[in-house]
Amino acid sequence: MKATPKSINAPRVVTLKINGQDISGREDESILDLARENNIFIPTLCHLDGLTDIGACRLCLVEVQGMNKLQPACVLRPSEGMEVNTDSPRLQRYRRMVIEMLFAEGNHMCSVCVSNGHCDLQAAAQILGMDHVRLDYFSKPRTLDGSHPRFVFDENRCILCTRCVRVCAEVEGAFTWGVMGRGIDSRVITDMDERWGESTTCTGCSKCVAVCPTGAIVDKGKGASEMVKHREFVAMLREQREREG
Amino acid sequence: MLLDDLHGIAKRERAEQARHEQHIVVCTGTACASARSAEVQAALEGGIKVRGLEKRCAVTPGGCRGLCAAGPLVTVQPQGTLYQGVHPEDAEAIIESLETGAVVERLHCHTDTPFFTRQQKVVLEQSGLLNPDRVEDYIAHGGYEALVHALTEMTPAQVLEEVVRSGLRGRGGGGYPTGLKWSTVAKAISDQKYVICNGDEGDPGAFMDRSVMESNPHRVLEGMLLAGYAVGASVGFIYVRAEYPLAVKRLEAAIKQAKKLGLLGANICNTPFSFEIEIRLGAGAFVCGEETALIASIEGERGQPRPRPPYPAESGLWGKPTLINNVETLANVPPILQRGGDWYARIGMDKSKGTKVFALTGRIVHTGLIEVPMGITLREIVYEIGGGIPDGKQFKAVQTGGPSGGCIPADQLDLPVTYESLASVGSIMGSGGMIVMDETSCMVDVAKYFMEFSMAESCGKCVPCRVGTAQMYQLLDRISKGEATLDDLALLEDLCDMVKHTSLCGLGQSAPNPVISTLKYFRDEYLAHIVERRCPAGVCKMSSPAHNGHVSELAHKEGVR
Repeated sequence: MKATPKSINAPRVVTLKINGQDISGREDESILDLARENNIFIPTLCHLDGLTDIGACRLCLVEVQGMNKLQPACVLRPSEGMEVNTDSPRLQRYRRMVIEMLFAEGNHMCSVCVSNGHCDLQAAAQILGMDHVRLDYFSKPRTLDGSHPRFVFDENRCILCTRCVRVCAEVEGAFTWGVMGRGIDSRVITDMDERWGESTTCTGCSKCVAVCPTGAIVDKGKGASEMVKHREFVAMLREQREREG
Repeated sequence: MLLDDLHGIAKRERAEQARHEQHIVVCTGTACASARSAEVQAALEGGIKVRGLEKRCAVTPGGCRGLCAAGPLVTVQPQGTLYQGVHPEDAEAIIESLETGAVVERLHCHTDTPFFTRQQKVVLEQSGLLNPDRVEDYIAHGGYEALVHALTEMTPAQVLEEVVRSGLRGRGGGGYPTGLKWSTVAKAISDQKYVICNGDEGDPGAFMDRSVMESNPHRVLEGMLLAGYAVGASVGFIYVRAEYPLAVKRLEAAIKQAKKLGLLGANICNTPFSFEIEIRLGAGAFVCGEETALIASIEGERGQPRPRPPYPAESGLWGKPTLINNVETLANVPPILQRGGDWYARIGMDKSKGTKVFALTGRIVHTGLIEVPMGITLREIVYEIGGGIPDGKQFKAVQTGGPSGGCIPADQLDLPVTYESLASVGSIMGSGGMIVMDETSCMVDVAKYFMEFSMAESCGKCVPCRVGTAQMYQLLDRISKGEATLDDLALLEDLCDMVKHTSLCGLGQSAPNPVISTLKYFRDEYLAHIVERRCPAGVCKMSSPAHNGHVSELAHKEGVR
């Protein structure tokens, strides 16, 4: 076996095109990073700067020349000469349907939601022009866990982006949040599907509250105007930790 | 272990077997076992003892002969007489026939029929002939010769070259060229690489891999060892679903036997090549057959797929380069090494080389396991090997590829079975499930059945598959009850397109296929359900009978469209 070439360890810098625009990027950056750096908008829901990307919400799907499948921009790495298209009637249609599906799956009623006005799902629906839902609303009865002294988890508003699961594991290291069940029966849970207020692992750090894109995880007793979430800390923490090794 | 040692074992085993003039081989595969073949075996053993024939005749367990519908199957060797539907009470008659030399006609299963003669066996060539519990029997049939030869006489690159030359493609469904996959992993630079054997067969009605693992476990191990040698891996995992207890038992025993003979472990055949194999049990999730979900499951994580690239060949199990092949793919490797890649490439047609094992089920006379050369037509499979449709019914469609595949109608029956041709008509080769349907099957009901399966097996990670399959199921359910409108049909088609192109993994991307293909060939059946509120096959129960107002209203809409 040949020795590992040294150059493999340092990511190369490549040039590529996004929507016809010439862009340079490092091989370890994502297409989403590069697009945002160049003021090209790609919608996302499960992505959050500082958390591991999982490519689950499918909003950030882009077209890549020479690849027959649509690729999630959050996990797609650039390569030399790559040509990416982030916007087309087809992509817009698919993205609108993703939002429609999320609205039909949960029980989202903006008018009575504490996150009304600063909800990622609501914002995505507005930006993507989702003005009606053709699908059947499942209207499944879902639980609300208000057992925690400071926070509330309302499953009706959960879109299963698993940002809470990831921030809890990757940043806080508590592993309180998890996913159980599968398919349409998937649910986000605390500990072994126990009441949040009785959790022995939760540190009460409130990171999950901050990263939740909707009104599923919120502070207790706050009104809609107060429930603005600040999330920049996740990326800052991640960066700081990487610097310090 | 050298080739001479191997031949010594084979010779001793043959001499051991020759001590008995006759062998009664009882199939102990899952299908025959569920038809009480263990009792048949006990009855035969008892009967032979009573008559004092132990010295002349031995009763041994065997693997699957393929004609599962006619089980339990018993073979008398060396004559090769096959008996079907044998019950414990029939033991007497069979033993009697050993002495008289006559054949028990009422149990006799003729092996000169197309079901047997039209098949070409490579993967299953030893199935049913050898005792799956004995490594010596496998060696006596030429087993492990390819491995010992490869380790002592060939470089990894030469092994790889033979596989590339054979034109073998993945038998798990995708049809990715095996040689290309191997060479990608071989080229990856890493201190550790893995080989995974995917035995998480989950398509409804499919049992090809189960049969291979049960009937010839050493073939799977040898294939993995050769793969490990070719790509530079030292650890292998067999991922078997826990619903296959017999396969697990046989594989466990096989690993122990191979270790004892030095065919598995450190410095195999006194070469620097070391290889360990471990078994991992699946916990019943269909999605764990998808390679990245399978890897997550082995790692102890929730069995969910992740986006590719990076492919497992580059970053797989614990981030290391990983070769992941299906059971049947790996079982093809030893004969390729033994007889050469060129020999294998002569079987089959176009870009589909070799043979394919199919689990033939549904409305067909001979249900069971068959192995046919690629390029054989569907008509030959259904009417010659399968014996046609029972009860004088009319053939309607054949479904291949399970929940990821599609239905192929009667006018496409002359299609040769290759990866490309099946894809061209909207189905896929798949892992080998082949369900035959006749006029009594409703295609809306079939689509609904598979969609329910996909919905229940979706892991829930990505939105299109999690919500889309549930939405499509609901629409199909409405159509089947005569409650749907033409708008619902249009929505269903939009959902099919969206879920197919936006889902994260193969499960979601292929979940709409049964709907798309039935809509393509049997659209009239959908319309009958919607417009006339009638199920042409008489399968679906309508929630309310058709009324004229409804029909004219919908007909009007159809006109507007």
